[in-house]
Amino acid sequence: MTSENPEQKAEQAADRLPAQSPEERREQPVVRTGMFGARTTGDTSGYGRLVVRQRPKAHAERPYGGPDGAAEPGPFDAVADALAAALPDFGAAVERVVVDRGELTFHLRREHLKAVAREMRDRPDLRFELCSGVSGVHFPEDEGAELHAVYHLLSITHNRRVRLEVTCPDADPHVPSLVDVYPTNNWHERETYDFFGIVFDGHPALTRIEMPDDWVGHPQRKDYPLGGIPVEYRGAEIPPPDERRSYV
Amino acid sequence: MSSTKYTEYDAYAADEAAEGRVFDVNGQDWDRVVAGAEDGSDERLVVNMGPQHPSTHGVLRLVLTLDGETVNDCRVGIGYLHTGIEKNMEFRTWTQGVTFCTRMDYLAPLFNETAYCLGVEKLLGVTDQVPERAQIIRVMMMELNRISSHLVAIATFGLELGATTVMLNGFIEREYTLDLFEEISGLRMNMAYVRPGGVAQDLPSGALGKVREYLDRMPKRIKALRKLMDENPVFLARTRDVAYLDLTGCMALGITGPVLRATGLPWDLRKSQPYCGYETYDFDVPTQESADVYGRYLVRMAEMEESLKIVEQCVERLRTVQGPVMIEDKKIGWPAKLAIGVDGMGNSPRHIAHIMGTSMEALIHHFKLVTEGFRVPAGQAYAAIESPRGELGVHVVSDGGTRPYRVHFRDPSFTNLQATPAMAEGGMIADVIAAVASIDPVMGGVDR
Amino acid sequence: MGLEEKLPSGFLLTTVEQVAGWARKSSVWPATFGLACCAIEMMAAGDPRHDFSRWGMERASATPRQADLMIVAGRVSQKMAPVLRQIYDQMTEPKWVIAMGVCASSGGMFNNYAVVQGVDHIVPVDIYLPGCPPRPEMLLDAILKLHDKIQNTKLGPQRARQVRELEEAKRRQLPLLGQPGGAR
Repeated sequence: MTSENPEQKAEQAADRLPAQSPEERREQPVVRTGMFGARTTGDTSGYGRLVVRQRPKAHAERPYGGPDGAAEPGPFDAVADALAAALPDFGAAVERVVVDRGELTFHLRREHLKAVAREMRDRPDLRFELCSGVSGVHFPEDEGAELHAVYHLLSITHNRRVRLEVTCPDADPHVPSLVDVYPTNNWHERETYDFFGIVFDGHPALTRIEMPDDWVGHPQRKDYPLGGIPVEYRGAEIPPPDERRSYV
Repeated sequence: MSSTKYTEYDAYAADEAAEGRVFDVNGQDWDRVVAGAEDGSDERLVVNMGPQHPSTHGVLRLVLTLDGETVNDCRVGIGYLHTGIEKNMEFRTWTQGVTFCTRMDYLAPLFNETAYCLGVEKLLGVTDQVPERAQIIRVMMMELNRISSHLVAIATFGLELGATTVMLNGFIEREYTLDLFEEISGLRMNMAYVRPGGVAQDLPSGALGKVREYLDRMPKRIKALRKLMDENPVFLARTRDVAYLDLTGCMALGITGPVLRATGLPWDLRKSQPYCGYETYDFDVPTQESADVYGRYLVRMAEMEESLKIVEQCVERLRTVQGPVMIEDKKIGWPAKLAIGVDGMGNSPRHIAHIMGTSMEALIHHFKLVTEGFRVPAGQAYAAIESPRGELGVHVVSDGGTRPYRVHFRDPSFTNLQATPAMAEGGMIADVIAAVASIDPVMGGVDR
Repeated sequence: MGLEEKLPSGFLLTTVEQVAGWARKSSVWPATFGLACCAIEMMAAGDPRHDFSRWGMERASATPRQADLMIVAGRVSQKMAPVLRQIYDQMTEPKWVIAMGVCASSGGMFNNYAVVQGVDHIVPVDIYLPGCPPRPEMLLDAILKLHDKIQNTKLGPQRARQVRELEEAKRRQLPLLGQPGGAR
């Protein structure tokens, strides 16, 4: 379908862009235009020129402060200092540090995850005894790092929380398992494997936990449909939520 | 099945899982089963318990390897109630998400809602702007919910140990708690009462009086329940020194809630990382040192008494603290003023008259906020609260849209249930029931 | 006119079907098939306030082999569906099914990959009970309606004819849609 409308032409052209390298694509400012994500037909919402930009990769500068968002050095700096002192290759292990909404996040390279977690648990000035499990997030647009595994650690000794985040590409969905360090992650990692297909290397028995054993696919990924059926109510057919027109 | 009363087949030919003969019991075939068992040289017996079993606290499946009556090996199978709630929430607005998450841990719906709303408010950066009255109502509802949840925990605990009296007593008290929920939110369960930015509507007139009556009645009833159970020799024999799990085990397995507090560690997020203004209430964190089923029972009982204390303080405050129960920010706060009518909760007639009769702008605003919802800045947040079963954490991720990008719940039932093998192995098969009941898993929360 | 007039007092005439139906409905033993939220309300229906032992139902049957009624209380996941069917098969005839709550009736709000969209895909359902979750009073109402159905169940060849007639009636039923005057 072609159109005479220059705006629509541009949109249709945008649909047929040739493949780009991941770096180029990440720098690209525009992910999507319009309100409804309509790209091949005219957008009548009046929001056709709305530009939704790709989320920049956040990065925090020192001092990190604390949960209250203060500008002077606080508990977050203490955690970062202790971790830097514990790890000889801190710079290689920690990709970036993010302080957002009163929470501290270490974005780690996956090969260092286990070493970092061990130090996090064992060092007296860190002492994150409790791991609140792992939560998977799927970002199909984030090429080269589609799958994120997010760990929330809690220190009862110091009454602090910290978040560790590692990524892995969809083509090589491997992340080291933390069951050795935090046995509580056993089921959590099985769940994340079940729902996202992240393979936790070193897990004692990485099998499906929520879905039937013979299930195909990993249902909570973004490329897995919601799987609803259309519902008929008094003559009108209502499509499942993921196939309805909606605001995004 | 053919006419053979039991089948003897190689279930997984040439697989390591072929662990001997499999008996498929079909009824009226006990002679053959017994004869078959007598032939066997070893005493080891694998019993599948659940997922439909009256004593497994829901659709929990336990695979027990028994040596006589001793449990050698215990494996836990879950997922029989997986509902896809987290995925479904990604296709609804932030406000509609409350309706889904309230159905996870169905004994503690208000905790699910509050945890989720705290996460969303953290993402929005409006945690401080939630009105005080809304916070007090949240606390009061949560503490009432804690009582009703613990009552069901103890009631089903009694039922699973074979004491119907306990079940009847627990459930009738729960009914009185649910009457309050119905009075205030319009629903007995799954209320979707707590919303991002506040609560759905203010207390109806007369509700505080009803809570007051409840507060007068409940301490006596809890005392009666304690009188029935605390020193009951049968109950003691079934619970004392059973399913022991010490602090080290709890830490390694990530156990929180009454199971952790029964080891002596007073870890309660209401005290250590307060939310909703819990730091301003006067209450204790009950602990026990015994780390067994009986200790967990005592912690739950004492927690109900503490909850009553908090509810009492809430009632006092609600008499004086007036004001809105929804955030003032018109871009977030639900536009409608809800009211409970004869057919349940809905828009108040005054609001309808306003938007349909006098103000076009209000109608547009209402329409936009209800159909489209509000946008949440991109980012992620983790909010945790102390649910009746432990730390209920919610990890919310936003991509800047009107719908959650990903919501993950760290449900305490899910994590705590991992402790079942640690508690059950080496014990008697009858104690497995007590162990599971003392964890009090709610399968809706486990499987989500 | 008939036999009734010649009977001494204290006798009551009825049919075998009615007696059998009366006996069956007076002590329906439910299989404990609690799944989710509705299971709690099902248990609440047994509490002192609602008390379904008034209809001889307090003996919840832990084994399906002694149960007459399966109350599917809650959402049925794809993983649970085969288990549910197996338990239904283990129950002895005659048996009845109540789909308690919208999830069991139609999938309800969980229209997704994990939940079976109505338990009638797996087992035949006698009563659909809406609500999320239905109040215990609603469950009692459903049980009373089921009692009515049990009471009026025919036996033997009559039963076969009843089934045939009901099927025929269903087949001849005009669809709601596309009919002038019908719902749109």
